[in-house]
Amino acid sequence: MSRGGRSRFLRAAHLVVVAAFALFLSFPFYWMLVTSFKRTSDLYDLDHNPLLFNVAPTLDHWKLLFSETLYGRWLANTALVGALVVVITLLLAVPAAYSLARLTGKWGERAGIGMFLMYLVPPTLLFIPLSRVVVTLGLQDSIWALVVVYPTFTVPFSTWLLMGFFRSIPRDLEDAAMVDGLSRFGAFAKLVVPISYSGILTVAIFSFTLVLQEFVYALTFISSASQQTVSVAVPIFLVRGDVYYWGSLMAACLLASVPVAIVYNLFLDRFIAGFTVGAVK
Amino acid sequence: MLFPAVLFIGALVGVPFLLAIVYSLCDVKVASDEMRFVGFRNFADALTSPAFQTALRNSFVFTLVSQALVLAGATTLALALKEAFRTRGLIRFLILLPWVAPISLGSIGWKWLLDSIYSVFNWFLVRLHVVDSPPMWLGEPALAMASVVLVHTWRMLPFATVVLLAGLTSIPRDIPEAAAVDGAGFWRTHFQITLPMIRPIVTVAVLFGVIFTFTDMTVVYILTRGGPYDTTQVLPSLAFLTGILGGDLAAGAAISLFLFPLLLVVAWVMLRMARRSVVT
Repeated sequence: MSRGGRSRFLRAAHLVVVAAFALFLSFPFYWMLVTSFKRTSDLYDLDHNPLLFNVAPTLDHWKLLFSETLYGRWLANTALVGALVVVITLLLAVPAAYSLARLTGKWGERAGIGMFLMYLVPPTLLFIPLSRVVVTLGLQDSIWALVVVYPTFTVPFSTWLLMGFFRSIPRDLEDAAMVDGLSRFGAFAKLVVPISYSGILTVAIFSFTLVLQEFVYALTFISSASQQTVSVAVPIFLVRGDVYYWGSLMAACLLASVPVAIVYNLFLDRFIAGFTVGAVK
Repeated sequence: MLFPAVLFIGALVGVPFLLAIVYSLCDVKVASDEMRFVGFRNFADALTSPAFQTALRNSFVFTLVSQALVLAGATTLALALKEAFRTRGLIRFLILLPWVAPISLGSIGWKWLLDSIYSVFNWFLVRLHVVDSPPMWLGEPALAMASVVLVHTWRMLPFATVVLLAGLTSIPRDIPEAAAVDGAGFWRTHFQITLPMIRPIVTVAVLFGVIFTFTDMTVVYILTRGGPYDTTQVLPSLAFLTGILGGDLAAGAAISLFLFPLLLVVAWVMLRMARRSVVT
C-alpha cells in the first residue's frame, strides 16, 4: 500500500472504530429518548420501525410520570440524601485528607492507601450485617439510613482524591501563615480550604454521583415507596405487577441519568487522576 | 483531624465486617434474636448447595468474560480516541454515559431493548431474515447469561477506556514518533511500545474492573433476578436472595464472605504497586 493510501485507510478505520463504540455505548439512551416520547400505539406495533416516530410524538408518558407516580418524590429524596451525604463527606474527608497529606513517611503513605482500599469494600459484603445495624439504630425504612451509611464509601474515595490535591499545595504557604500567628488549624481553615475550593467541588460532585448510583443499600434498607431513592424506586416501584409502562420508565431513567452525566463530564479528568495515582507519572 | 473519619469508617465498615464473620459462624435469622454458634456449618452448607455452586461458577464467568471484553474494547477505543479530532468532546460524553448513569436505570433500558416481544434487536433480526423465530434474550439460560455479561461490559467499558486514555496521554509523544521514524508500523508501535509502557495503568483498570464486576448484583437483579431457574445467579445476588429476601442472615453473610478472598488478592496487588511507585 502506498503511504497516502495507508494513512487514509488508518483514518477511515479510526472513524469506524470510534463511531461503532459510540453507537454501542449511547444507543440505549437514544432508545430511552425515543421510547419516552412515542405514542403507545406506535410503541407496541411490530410493523412500525422502532427507531423512528411513525406517529406524532407525545408528552403523555412524561405527564404520567410526574402526575400519577411518586417520581418527583424520589428525585427529591435522592437530592436530599445526596446533599446531606455531601456535607457529611466534606466534614469528615477534608480534615482527614489534609492530615494524611501532611503526615510524612511510611505510615502516611500506608494510611492513605488503607483509606483508599476502604472504598473497595463492596456493599454486597456488608449489606447483611448493616441491615441489622440500621434496625438497631431505628432507621429502617427511612432515608436517614442512607444518610448514615453512604458516607462509608464517599468518605474513603473523597479523602483519597483530596489527599493528592492537598499534597500539591506547598507547605511553605502554611508555614508562612503560622509564622504570622495563625495556628495549624487556623492555617488549614483560613488558607488551605479556600484555595482548595475546586478540589472540594470535585469531591462534592463525585460523592453526589455515587449516591445517585447506589442500589444495594437502598434496596436492602428501604421498603416503602415514599422513602426510596430514584435508582431503586424506578426499577422496583414503577413496574406494577407484570405490567411495564415502558414509555414512563424510559423517561424516568433518562431524566435521572443525563443531567448528572453532563456535570460529571466536566470534572472527569480529576476523577481519573484519583484512580491512577501511582500508575501514571 | 484524621480521627472523626477513622472512627466513622471503623464503626460502619469495620464493625459490620466483623458482624458478617460472627453471623456466618452462628445461626441468625431475621425473626429471632437468638444466636447459636455453629462453627463453619454455614460455609459447608453453602459449598455443598447446587445453587451456590452455580452462582460461584457464574460469578467467575461473568467477571472473566466481561473483563476480557472490556479490556479488548477499551484498548481499541482508547487508541482511537488518543488522536485529536473535532467532535471529541461530544464523543467523550456519549461514551461515558453508561458509566455515569445509575446502572440500575441503564439495566432497565437494556431490559426494554431485550424485551421478549418488542426487542429492537429482534425487530431487525426478523426483518433481515437472520432468524425465523425471535430469540428470548432473557428467557433462555445461555442467552440470559450472555445478556448479563454484555450489559456489564457496556457499563464498565467507559471507565476502563478513560483510565487507559489517561495512561496513553501520559506517554511522551516523541517515543512512538521515534519508533515510527525507525520504521515500526502501526501494530508494532502499539503492541511493542505503547501498550507495554502503560502496563501499570492497565493493571489498575483491570483490578478495579474485576472488583466492581465480581461484587455487583444490580445488573443480574434487574435483568433476570437470577433466572431463568437460577441459571444467571451470581454470588452477591444469591447472598441478597438468601440473607435479605429469605431472611437467613447467617447463610447470606457466609455467601457474601466468599467475595472477600478476591478483595484481599486485589488489595495486595495494589499495595505492592503503590510501594513500587514510591521506591522508583
